[in-house]
Amino acid sequence: MSAGIDLENVCCDFGSFRAVDNANVAIQPGEFFSFLGPSGCGKTTILRMISGFIEPTQGQIKIGGQDMRGQRPNQRPTALIFQNLALFPLMPIWENISFGLEVRGVDRATRRKKAEELLELVDLAGAADKMVSQLSGGQKQRVAIARALAVEPSVMLLDEPLSALDLKLRQHMRAELRAIQKRTGVTFIYITHDQGEALAMSDRVGVMSQGRIQQIANPREIYNFPVNGFVAGFVGENNVFEGKLGQVADGMAAFETAQGTMRARLAPDAAKLALRLYVRPEHTALSAKKGTENAVAVTVGEVSFEGPFISVMSHAADGKVIVSEIRNDGSASVPEIGTKMFASFDAARAALLPDANIAR
Amino acid sequence: MQDLIRRYGMGLTVTMALLVAFWLVMLVIVPNITLFEQSFRPYLPVVEIGGPKDTYSLNNYAKVFNGTTDTTFFGFPITIPVHVMTFGLTIWYSMVVTLACFVLAYPLAFFMAKIAAPKSLPTLLLLLFIPLWVSEVLRAFAWWIILAFKGPLNALLLALGLIDDPVRWIVGYNAVVIGLTYTYVLFMLFPIYNAIASLDTNQIEAADDLGAPWWKIHWRIVLPHAKPGIASGCVMVFMLSAGSLLVPSILGSTTSQWFTQTIDQWFKDALDWNTASAYAFILLLLCTVFVSIALKLFKVKLSDIAK
Repeated sequence: MSAGIDLENVCCDFGSFRAVDNANVAIQPGEFFSFLGPSGCGKTTILRMISGFIEPTQGQIKIGGQDMRGQRPNQRPTALIFQNLALFPLMPIWENISFGLEVRGVDRATRRKKAEELLELVDLAGAADKMVSQLSGGQKQRVAIARALAVEPSVMLLDEPLSALDLKLRQHMRAELRAIQKRTGVTFIYITHDQGEALAMSDRVGVMSQGRIQQIANPREIYNFPVNGFVAGFVGENNVFEGKLGQVADGMAAFETAQGTMRARLAPDAAKLALRLYVRPEHTALSAKKGTENAVAVTVGEVSFEGPFISVMSHAADGKVIVSEIRNDGSASVPEIGTKMFASFDAARAALLPDANIAR
Repeated sequence: MQDLIRRYGMGLTVTMALLVAFWLVMLVIVPNITLFEQSFRPYLPVVEIGGPKDTYSLNNYAKVFNGTTDTTFFGFPITIPVHVMTFGLTIWYSMVVTLACFVLAYPLAFFMAKIAAPKSLPTLLLLLFIPLWVSEVLRAFAWWIILAFKGPLNALLLALGLIDDPVRWIVGYNAVVIGLTYTYVLFMLFPIYNAIASLDTNQIEAADDLGAPWWKIHWRIVLPHAKPGIASGCVMVFMLSAGSLLVPSILGSTTSQWFTQTIDQWFKDALDWNTASAYAFILLLLCTVFVSIALKLFKVKLSDIAK
């Protein structure tokens, strides 16, 4: 069983500080939804409100269509996986996993059986009688997932559970989490500040900053069509140009910058706001010949080899730094330092975006 | 040692070592060994000390079995040596005090460690500490006044209409238990507070999130975690209560007798230091044995308590 979650105009104040401001999101049953944002953006507060540890100051939280106001965490159909996992160190693994059943009065034999089934589900068969301290980081992770699944929650809430793991294990656990979510069909709400994690695992991502949800969309859209500068900057790298808006036509606009007139996409309702031009380094090409538009004469400065790609930092005549990334597939030669070239980008790949949507 | 010398120099290291040695040998070991040695020798007129009658024996220890009294034990009439009964009652009421201290201290310790705002904690600790600055004698006398037949407690209860006639509080061991609980409750509070404070709050929340009611959270998560702290608090309160002389002397009634009072009487009234020493070592030894058994029963290791 999985349930959808609706946040309707949810606000949360701590004293005079507004931690979450007017959050509206409808999470579908069975969806893998991530809240992505820097620390202090309010994403953990949202999670704690859904799990019931904090009551929203305003607004409504519905789980499976039911208003959750006044419901204690132990009455909600949610299971939370804590950032530090919060396994019970004094209980063996199987008692950890079956703790939720124990409090529901399930008898010992059934509990043991259920715990072993769940251990199998998370690929930890045979660890039932071990103690928490005997497990590795990744194994503890799986125990925490099994413990949460044991109570058959409609919604799983995960508070940056992978942040303590090393890179390889983290990548492995991403796939694992996704697989477990698919297998069980439970709605997953995932909190992270790691954009790679959020983009790789989620059906949809909600990017947050300073208590506000900036954009809710699928990972591709978040990355390719960010709605503002904050989202563009948080989910990836950008070359940013300051300038003044020129003529607007058919969702494209001219933009007067110190490096010349550029052309880029412009969302219809954004024209009134202060804008900057954003373009990703991998969409910024370097070539010897000057292109038709959006080309800046540059001198190649630094070249750093990153493995899958080569990052080239070059300088425009006025010192403006432009970064471009060349795929390490042999299709393009790596420019020599000091070479005069042109950095250019496709107008359809560049966007004129306002700053973050933040509370006044 | 090498490390200490390198760090503090020879002079300071030797001074520190000698001071520690002096404290340990002259102030702890020698007095205790002297009493221990005396406890095996008979109480003799001065002229006979060192004479032919001055031989080692267990006679002083056997004196606890002298002089029997008739009493009832859970309704059964029994005949029991007076001092053995005193000892048994001392152990029993020390356990009652220990339990009372635990019942009072645990909720307060939990409140302080997990519920109270960190801002108000210093004030709370100060409020708990201030009574400790008052002499134990004064505090015991304060309770004696509070519990007196015409004292403030009866006056208050009468005024509230909770009782019709004044209650005689200082009867049997009542006042001793109240006084000892009051005196030693902080020795229970702080170890438990420290233990609970070291519990990751996420574990409590995780249990809550998994559907556990509050008592289950305490039974399965908080209490097991706090066990070493509880054990160390219990050991301290129990040993201090069983070894307390002042509170039972002041708050005791005509029908209460603490084993330390018996020891005191051997020292001061009978002037028989030999028997007094023997009794003191009986108390020390049996209390240690009792505590060890209790720790074993509750599966607490001594090294856990030291943490």
